[in-house]
Amino acid sequence: MSYELLGITILWIFLFGYLLVASIDFGAGFFSYYSTISGKRHIIHRIIERYLSPVWEVTNVFLIFFIVGLVGFFPDAAYYYGTALLIPGSLATILLAIRGSYYAFSTYGSRDNRIYQFLYGASGLLIPAALSTVLAISEGGYITEQGGKVSFEFGKLFTHVYPYSVILLAIVSVLYISAMFLTYYAAKAQDEPALQVVRKYALFWSLPTILASLFVFYSIKGHNEQHFNNMVNNGWMFVMSFLFFLAAVWLVWRRRHYGIAFVAVMLQFGFAWFGYGKAHLPYLLYPYLTIHDNFTNPAMATALITVFVLGLLILIPSLFLLMRLFLFDANYVKGIKNDKGGKGGQGNSGATKA
Amino acid sequence: MMATYDPVIFSRILTGLTLFVHIIYATIGVGVPLMIALAEWIGIKRNDTYYLLMARRWARGFTVTVAVGVVTGTAIGLQLSLLWPNFMRVGGQAIALPLFLETFAFFVEAIFLGIYLYTWDRFKNRMVHFMLLIPVAIGSSASAFFITTVNAFMNTPQGFDWVDGKMENIQPLLAMFNPAMPTKVSHVLVTAYVTSAFCLGAIAAFAMIRGRKHIYYKKALKLTMTAALVFALASAAIGDLSGKFLHEYQPEKLAAAEWHFETSDKAELILGGILTDENEVKFAIKIPFALSILAGGTPDTVVKGLNEVPEHLRPPLRASHYFFDMMVFIGIYLTVISLAYVIAHRRSRKTGKPVSRLLLWGVVLGAPLAIMAIESGWMFAEVGRQPWIIRGYMTVAEGATTSAHVDTMLWMFALLYALLTFTCVKVLIKMFKHNPAEDEIIARGIEGGHK
Repeated sequence: MSYELLGITILWIFLFGYLLVASIDFGAGFFSYYSTISGKRHIIHRIIERYLSPVWEVTNVFLIFFIVGLVGFFPDAAYYYGTALLIPGSLATILLAIRGSYYAFSTYGSRDNRIYQFLYGASGLLIPAALSTVLAISEGGYITEQGGKVSFEFGKLFTHVYPYSVILLAIVSVLYISAMFLTYYAAKAQDEPALQVVRKYALFWSLPTILASLFVFYSIKGHNEQHFNNMVNNGWMFVMSFLFFLAAVWLVWRRRHYGIAFVAVMLQFGFAWFGYGKAHLPYLLYPYLTIHDNFTNPAMATALITVFVLGLLILIPSLFLLMRLFLFDANYVKGIKNDKGGKGGQGNSGATKA
Repeated sequence: MMATYDPVIFSRILTGLTLFVHIIYATIGVGVPLMIALAEWIGIKRNDTYYLLMARRWARGFTVTVAVGVVTGTAIGLQLSLLWPNFMRVGGQAIALPLFLETFAFFVEAIFLGIYLYTWDRFKNRMVHFMLLIPVAIGSSASAFFITTVNAFMNTPQGFDWVDGKMENIQPLLAMFNPAMPTKVSHVLVTAYVTSAFCLGAIAAFAMIRGRKHIYYKKALKLTMTAALVFALASAAIGDLSGKFLHEYQPEKLAAAEWHFETSDKAELILGGILTDENEVKFAIKIPFALSILAGGTPDTVVKGLNEVPEHLRPPLRASHYFFDMMVFIGIYLTVISLAYVIAHRRSRKTGKPVSRLLLWGVVLGAPLAIMAIESGWMFAEVGRQPWIIRGYMTVAEGATTSAHVDTMLWMFALLYALLTFTCVKVLIKMFKHNPAEDEIIARGIEGGHK
């Protein structure tokens, strides 16, 4: 495996990690806000909060990791995407900033501030929309280079079908992945009323997910024939993805093995994600940038990969510890061990004994 | 200047603004975990529940500032590529390693902070919970370490061959461990500790001024001021070494800070004053030999003057000097105040008289001043490197984006930062006003500490 391929594979794995954890996070934010409007907040809010509180900060790091790594391995990516994506990139940054900080403000500070909740919930759908346009842009046709000047044709994003299909898929998947996860988490917590609510969300969003996926497939054919043909050549991966989708939905439908159902969801998206990514290669940006153009120097590539391996040695046990304490610890999930060091704000912190 | 749109100017302002905001939260993010760790450790060792409560309360406030630190850090991470694509394209070849390492350090910090915050009473052995904080403190300081090596590289680039406007034969470790690295990194770290100690100390001092008499506040002040004194002395020592580093590797920066024009020995240190258009220094306090001593340890050290640097390669002189002076003055102030408090605390213990209100006000004032010192230190560091983005190889103008609409982005981000800072302060005040330490002491059933 060449350094280039190794580099992009590592980055793609991290972006997949982001896709999963961020989807859970974004979707949960939306459901949390939606439940406020629909009067079901008291049923599902605790489940959502118990999961999100300790992990929200980790989510962002996956994205930063991808971006820093992309620029590190492929410095030209900074040049093309950096120049072209000033506006969408800045907008996404601002949305991420609003989301991250208002989560903390509303969780640790003002508990029931509706505006904070709205900002938090709404940004959760806008961020995947903004970020997924980058995937659409990478298909080519929006960034052009003429005479050493890179420019971005923003208007075209609105006149093509393909960006819409990607955005649609992103939003629908966020809700589907998140609902599937919350179903598992609620089942784990043995919180039957919450389970009923989130299970319905999960089933509700399953069909739109598959329809949106087909829509993307269809529209990419019109947009980037080469990529489409590559995807067809790797068709088995998408077939696998579909089979895991069926498995996941069937299990949730039959109300059993929610954990395995969520694993199936991860595999569903895993196969689709890597099938899409594999077909995209060698291009990082059609038709200007491939993974072979101005790849970082061998010394740096070795250094980055070494660091990555050493980093994983620290990271994997740490993530495992995090999951063990907050995901797989039945007592925590059920809310039995639930001390947050006092939560300040409304003076409810005295609830726990020092 | 505004008549024609210049993406370079707006990129500089926007980057400057993001860093201006981020550095406040980043400094707190680096320093406060250490203070929390000190408090929790003392609390466990002396079995003093007040210190444990201190750690708990600090950690709670810290979470809110971390959130803003994370998002502003994300902003600068993205802006590096969005506003400086050419810099990243060229420089990325050499500095990718520390940037990559920084994300790992932050990853570890984020994971363990999440665990730490939600496991206060989950372990029978309290030391286990304390141990969870160590990766947080190491992670945040390591983040600062790695990012500062990037800034150091921009000042004293090395570890590559410059071939046709590109970096080749890269030696990533050599690029990271460049001459500016040791003094810069250590200066950033210890000043973050001083600033954080003062911010936390100021809260306690303010409560005491408002008439709170609980021993909790005295303990908080004693801990923070002792730490502040130790780290303030350390930053003075490192500041001295930084002078010697600049003399050796970036003489134009030192000369700009000190308005030193003629190369000479027995050079004098200039404090304050104004610079006329004819480059004459007026109304300044001049300390004989001091600049030579700062630069090389002896009055005989020959200090290079600005006249040897072509005018278009000189940093802005006035800004460099005033930012440098402000940083130094505030540094001295913080050292004096923390020393005064440590002495006063000992005396008040013997005589039983409380520490004077004036000194308490001095501590309160120390917090905003310390943040100003951090800001001016960074301003000096950045302004003093002009016109270079990578000293000697690439100018700031060459590194910037050519994109349109940077000006619009500037306004949007300005609005965002104002909103975030406003809400952050509001939330913090609310958190602690509604739940003062005394209430929490009663609510948690703490009868009394060790003393």
